[in-house]
Amino acid sequence: MAWTKKVLRVNLTAGTCTTEPLNQQWAQDYLGQRGLATKYLCSEIDPKVDPLAEGNKLIFVTGPLTGTMAATGGRYSVVTKGPLTGAIACSNSGGYFGAELKFAGWDMVIFEGRSAKPVYLLIIDGKAELLDASHLWGKTTWHTEETIKKAHQDPQIRVASIGRAGESGVMYAAIVNDLHRAAGRSGVGAVMGSKNLKAVAVRGTLTDAYQVANPEAFFTAVDAGKAVLAANGVTGVGLPTYGTQVLMNIINELGALPSYNHREAQFEGANAIGGEAMHEKRPTDGKPNLVKNGACFGCTIACGRISRMDPNHFSVKDKPQYHGASGGVEYEAAWALGAANGVSDLEALTYANFLCNEDGYDPISFGATVGAAMELYDLGILTEAEVGLKLTWGSAEALVKLAEWTAVGEGFGKIIGLGSKRLCAKYGRPELSMTVKGQEFPAYDGRGLQGMGLEYATSNRGACHVRGYMVSPEVLGIPVKMEPQATEGKPAMLKAFQDLTAVVDSAGICLFTTFAWGLQDIQPQIQAACEGDWSEERLLLVGERIWNLEREFNLGAGLSKKDDTLPPRLLTEAIKTGPQKGAVCHLDKMLPEYYEVRGWSAEGVPTAATRTRLSL
Amino acid sequence: MKITLKLFASLSIRLPAEARSSHCLQLDLDPGTTVLDVIHLMGLQSGECAIVLVDGVWVATGDRAAKVLEEGQALAIWPPVAGG
Repeated sequence: MAWTKKVLRVNLTAGTCTTEPLNQQWAQDYLGQRGLATKYLCSEIDPKVDPLAEGNKLIFVTGPLTGTMAATGGRYSVVTKGPLTGAIACSNSGGYFGAELKFAGWDMVIFEGRSAKPVYLLIIDGKAELLDASHLWGKTTWHTEETIKKAHQDPQIRVASIGRAGESGVMYAAIVNDLHRAAGRSGVGAVMGSKNLKAVAVRGTLTDAYQVANPEAFFTAVDAGKAVLAANGVTGVGLPTYGTQVLMNIINELGALPSYNHREAQFEGANAIGGEAMHEKRPTDGKPNLVKNGACFGCTIACGRISRMDPNHFSVKDKPQYHGASGGVEYEAAWALGAANGVSDLEALTYANFLCNEDGYDPISFGATVGAAMELYDLGILTEAEVGLKLTWGSAEALVKLAEWTAVGEGFGKIIGLGSKRLCAKYGRPELSMTVKGQEFPAYDGRGLQGMGLEYATSNRGACHVRGYMVSPEVLGIPVKMEPQATEGKPAMLKAFQDLTAVVDSAGICLFTTFAWGLQDIQPQIQAACEGDWSEERLLLVGERIWNLEREFNLGAGLSKKDDTLPPRLLTEAIKTGPQKGAVCHLDKMLPEYYEVRGWSAEGVPTAATRTRLSL
Repeated sequence: MKITLKLFASLSIRLPAEARSSHCLQLDLDPGTTVLDVIHLMGLQSGECAIVLVDGVWVATGDRAAKVLEEGQALAIWPPVAGG
């Protein structure tokens, strides 16, 4: 079957690795990956636990389609309680690590406790052991991956690790696998660091660890799915050619590109840092930033950006280690490192992004926090003496230096590493933090796109675009076009997106398939892979169950209706210029209806009837 | 009547070489020119034009023939693309 039906439990306090069977009933109720690990986490920890304390757990988890022939079937997630938000954290990554974990015979790895000294977990098929990582502590993710592969004389080992940001407690530290893919958001890397767990290294060679339930039907469904992706203009041509970065000019033209810490909704430098600019030859060396596109395991879209910097750029002039090709900026990173703080130097953004990958921290939260710091500096609340440099809007030099400091916890980088919410609170201006539940916004203005505003306010992991991507209907016309400023119909549409996304995130495939695939394309693949009856109706019920379970965890953690809101800037300060001029987010119109369509009380609590319907 | 035409992503190639980097081309059009007229003028197929904005406002496929452009407006067009 598509599950290996095996769970590896690693007690870091005791230094033990034990095998246990996967809870089959939970697999039927929650499918896999995001849903299944959330069920395990909710069943095993107190939601009020300090995220960085020994009592928190950290789960690496795959889905039933991970490591299969399904297009994009290489995803895994890391689920824990997040330190940035105090809410459920689920960060999803591609690359090759997830498939390798399945090849080794494991659906998930549950880490509990805390090691007395730095360790890494080595998994070679059915054998797992904790090894000393003292020599890796203080090193980057890139160094860690290379060192582990050399030590075990196997270049096929896949490594997911933390860099120095995760060790030093950057609240939005990431876990990086395959050099530049990341479980990026909510600070899952900080939890890993708090456990003295440096890396998970895995090599899988088993051919019988799992098998799809109905191979013939599975091949047919997978082939049909790949044909749909290939024929679609977005997934067949647009994403491989321009990547997610093509959005930069679209969102800017639409007037919903938050800039200067959301003071503005358009950025004059957008064209210089967008997807098209990455293709253009630089005047300095005659070469483009973009070298090629890249794909994760099993992916037939290949949206990834592989970039090479101008070796004479000020940030890397004497640093040849950054002159090779590596992971380039995707849209969210380019926005946060660029428009959010007014920087229009694509090379500086690329360098900062390299550092985010190298030392494992989220470029969205980092860049947005720099934007907040720049506003504090602009207002005279932060000074050059306190920061250690001139923190003026648009300063590429300041961005680069803060990226270097944050990576290693030096100087003002320690403060930037706390995130925007804690930064702004520290300096007495909490309202300037562009966050929800403590997590920084991604690259869409919740005033310009009303549905995205509602998505940010209700996302279970704090401000997030990939829990219910309302940009699809509000900007791209997928599956239908909705007017960005309309509020009517948005709560129901958002619920549908959130529930479907929970299914995709629990299956082992990439959310980007849904630019071309509907549930009718995904369902036959799950049905053929997994034992049991997986109708579209049942899958949507699973998605809704996952969403409500996450909500219940958050309620148990102490979050409530008061946290389903937006910063006052988005609720009361109208966009000043551009196509969305005059807009604020009408959350008051949408949130009560959202609670209603969710089957929640007016206080945002799932009703008894909803809990019964979802078998919670 | 002057308008600004902006062609992005793979449509940029339809612009004169000197305009491709900025993606912008100034056009002098007769009054009454529609969005669909400009699409045809540039040799674009309707199916290539997935996202069409006039001053940042979406123009649906079925509305392009009737959408008359006005002096000073910006018409921006993308092929099928997405991100996230």
